[in-house]
Amino acid sequence: MSGVNLSDFRVEAEDLLDKLNHGLLDLDGAVKKNLKQDPAVINEIFRAAHSLKGICGMFGFSEVGEIAHKLEDLLDRLRLGKLKLSADGLDAMFEVTEELRAIISRKANNETIAASEIEGLKKRLERVEKEKKADDGKDWLKQSGVSEDILSVLTEYEEHRLVENIREKMAIYQVTANLDLDTFDEELIVLQKLLKEQGELITTLPSAEASSEDQITFFLLLGTERPQSEVENQLGGHPVTLKQIPPGQVQETPVSPPTAPEPPVSDLEPAPEAPEEGELGTVRSLTRTVRVDIGKLDELMNIVGELVLGKNVIARLIEKLRNQLGFGDFGIELYKANRNLERKLEELQESVLEVRMVPIGQIYDKLRRNVRKLARETDKDIAFISEGDETELDKLIIEDLADPLMHIIRNSIDHGVETREKRLAAGKPEQATIKLRALQRGNHVVIEISDDGAGLDFTRIKRKALDLGMIAPGSEVKEEDLIQFLFVSGFSTAEKVSEISGRGVGLDVVKNNIGALSGAIDIESKAGSGAKVIITLPITLAIIQALVVEVGKETFAIPLNSVSSGLVVKPEEIKTIEGREVIELRERTLPLLRLEKFFALDPGLKVVREEIYIVTVGIAERRIGLVVDRLLGRQDIVIKSIGEALSGIRGIAGATELGDQRTILVLDVVGLIEEATTRISGRVRVEAHTHVS
Amino acid sequence: MKMSKESYQILIAEDSAITRAFLVSALENLSSRLNVIEVSSGFEALRQLPRSRFDLIITDINMPDINGLELIGFIRNNPGYAHIPLIVVTTEGSPRDREKGMALGADEYLVKPIDSAQFQELIRKYLNLDAQGLSGPGSKS
Repeated sequence: MSGVNLSDFRVEAEDLLDKLNHGLLDLDGAVKKNLKQDPAVINEIFRAAHSLKGICGMFGFSEVGEIAHKLEDLLDRLRLGKLKLSADGLDAMFEVTEELRAIISRKANNETIAASEIEGLKKRLERVEKEKKADDGKDWLKQSGVSEDILSVLTEYEEHRLVENIREKMAIYQVTANLDLDTFDEELIVLQKLLKEQGELITTLPSAEASSEDQITFFLLLGTERPQSEVENQLGGHPVTLKQIPPGQVQETPVSPPTAPEPPVSDLEPAPEAPEEGELGTVRSLTRTVRVDIGKLDELMNIVGELVLGKNVIARLIEKLRNQLGFGDFGIELYKANRNLERKLEELQESVLEVRMVPIGQIYDKLRRNVRKLARETDKDIAFISEGDETELDKLIIEDLADPLMHIIRNSIDHGVETREKRLAAGKPEQATIKLRALQRGNHVVIEISDDGAGLDFTRIKRKALDLGMIAPGSEVKEEDLIQFLFVSGFSTAEKVSEISGRGVGLDVVKNNIGALSGAIDIESKAGSGAKVIITLPITLAIIQALVVEVGKETFAIPLNSVSSGLVVKPEEIKTIEGREVIELRERTLPLLRLEKFFALDPGLKVVREEIYIVTVGIAERRIGLVVDRLLGRQDIVIKSIGEALSGIRGIAGATELGDQRTILVLDVVGLIEEATTRISGRVRVEAHTHVS
Repeated sequence: MKMSKESYQILIAEDSAITRAFLVSALENLSSRLNVIEVSSGFEALRQLPRSRFDLIITDINMPDINGLELIGFIRNNPGYAHIPLIVVTTEGSPRDREKGMALGADEYLVKPIDSAQFQELIRKYLNLDAQGLSGPGSKS
């Protein structure tokens, strides 16, 4: 299909699936709390399924469209009151929505979908019980008292809502509004919102009749239990008239609308100037937002990154010039110009970063849905509470965060939250709570996932560590150290593989995933009162500040967000414990890592130094000291991936270019700490000159 | 070509960006003299109507603010717009809505998925493109 591509399709399909899911969650909440289901919500989901079917058809994805069609059908009957919503029906819709998402993404990757799979999903929806209502409401409509003119433009759904309101003995009001042609939409939105607070807004329809050239008249139908005087009070100040439609008689729509009220005083922004006729572009869209492929933002970010490098080169040249020629007038001007450039560049960088930022709340729906599903599967009663939904993170980080978060929540439901009986026995409320909280701290975002379950079983963790020979029998191990074992590959306390956690993925994988995002993960727990997982992430990975250091003949960049301090020590302060070099730092033992040994570098000209530079790196409780020869300073760097040959090496996150066009390696601090604490021998050689891929 | 118009104004009211893109692309391929105004809601359509002299209106039925039937009713009851050809493009919905749409004065009722060639044929017909020799070089459907 010309003009429209597959990725557009995916974007719109995903949007629609999100809407579907969001609405289903709303309905689920209402069903659980035994509240009345909001017809507007049902209608929204219906519309989403309907549109999904439409776009599937246009792309020739007819099998997928058939599923969407079944879903739409179900929702259609639901919104038209022909079906009662059951928990099973909701489950079916949740499941199918989820499957549809997977299928559409596979379809977009040109995978073939087995016919049996499609059939299975269709069957799943067909199984949902159908409960037909006897009358179709036509008689009710005739007796509604609403004029034929209005009835003739109501959709089947709107007719149904009108009938439902009459059935429920609501009063039906016709609201007539004469509005300025220039500002009617803004005013209507305000008016519609007001009316929705009073009851159900059944329809909004424009009338062809108007009191004057630059006005337009709207009729709005409202169903409410409130008396006319009260509704009128609420509408005070709006240029509308309100009239109750008494049932049982067919009314004539007034031929001329009631006398136009005073033009409303609106403090809303004036509508944009109408374009002159004939000046119109070929294709104009009135939408004010633009959807951009994240790849394009990456490109933009890359260019900004190169500009930053370019600026660094200029700064270096100015420095050189100053050293050679001193600070003449010309030098000062050049310096000023460069400062200016630097500031603008910073602004540009910030703006581009800002565009990449999305609220973390985007993935909460997915998590909430999974909690719901898992709670049902394990027959546990769990409330999911989220805070800080609006906290922003780089889009790419958010994408990679959903799976680890889900895994943690899954763990929490499976191992943490007790059965209903156990909870009651322990004097806890039957309903467990899982809380997800996100907040920004400086350049980091902290995400906490806490539950009020049983907490970590330290005796069991210890037994397992003993079994695996990770600790010596009889040794005292602190709880915080026991927690670290959970992150070791192959360490799992689940005695039998459960349906939920048993997917062959452990906390070690979660940790690696978070590590890949330059983040850190930690767990706090008290037996009996739940556990809290704390994830700390940088806001963005695109441009980072780094400390540039020299080791032998090599230069490395260390991401500044993992550097905690720089130290200068005397050689005699370095001690050796269990064959490892350490120093004492504020009553703690800090293990040291010599980079030239670690990477087996050419040591260069070895000078016996009286002072040794140590950069302490690490997050939270796990720190090590890197021994370096020189500190070269701080710099903004853009990390680029390195070629295949080096990509497997632990301790290297990527490469970057310095201002003098030199390519240097960027250290992966999390990886280095892992390696430094686990590995005994076997070193890797790094070729001195690496090419940036 | 004494009577031929320089260009035709077409209004598309449809809330799906994909469908809009599809329709616009079909129109662009048909002729370079079609000026398309795209809107994503009924309100925006009402706002655009008095601003241009439209030669053709294409509307969806399911839209968030006012529904397509209401838009058709409005257009057909308004002396300024009553004559404009009106094509409904919708996902197969309620037969009752279709009946109503035709009764209100829609000229065509297309159900998605839409066949590009068929759609272009209709546009040709309602804008009388062939009679004015406009479909010439620009058309490649």
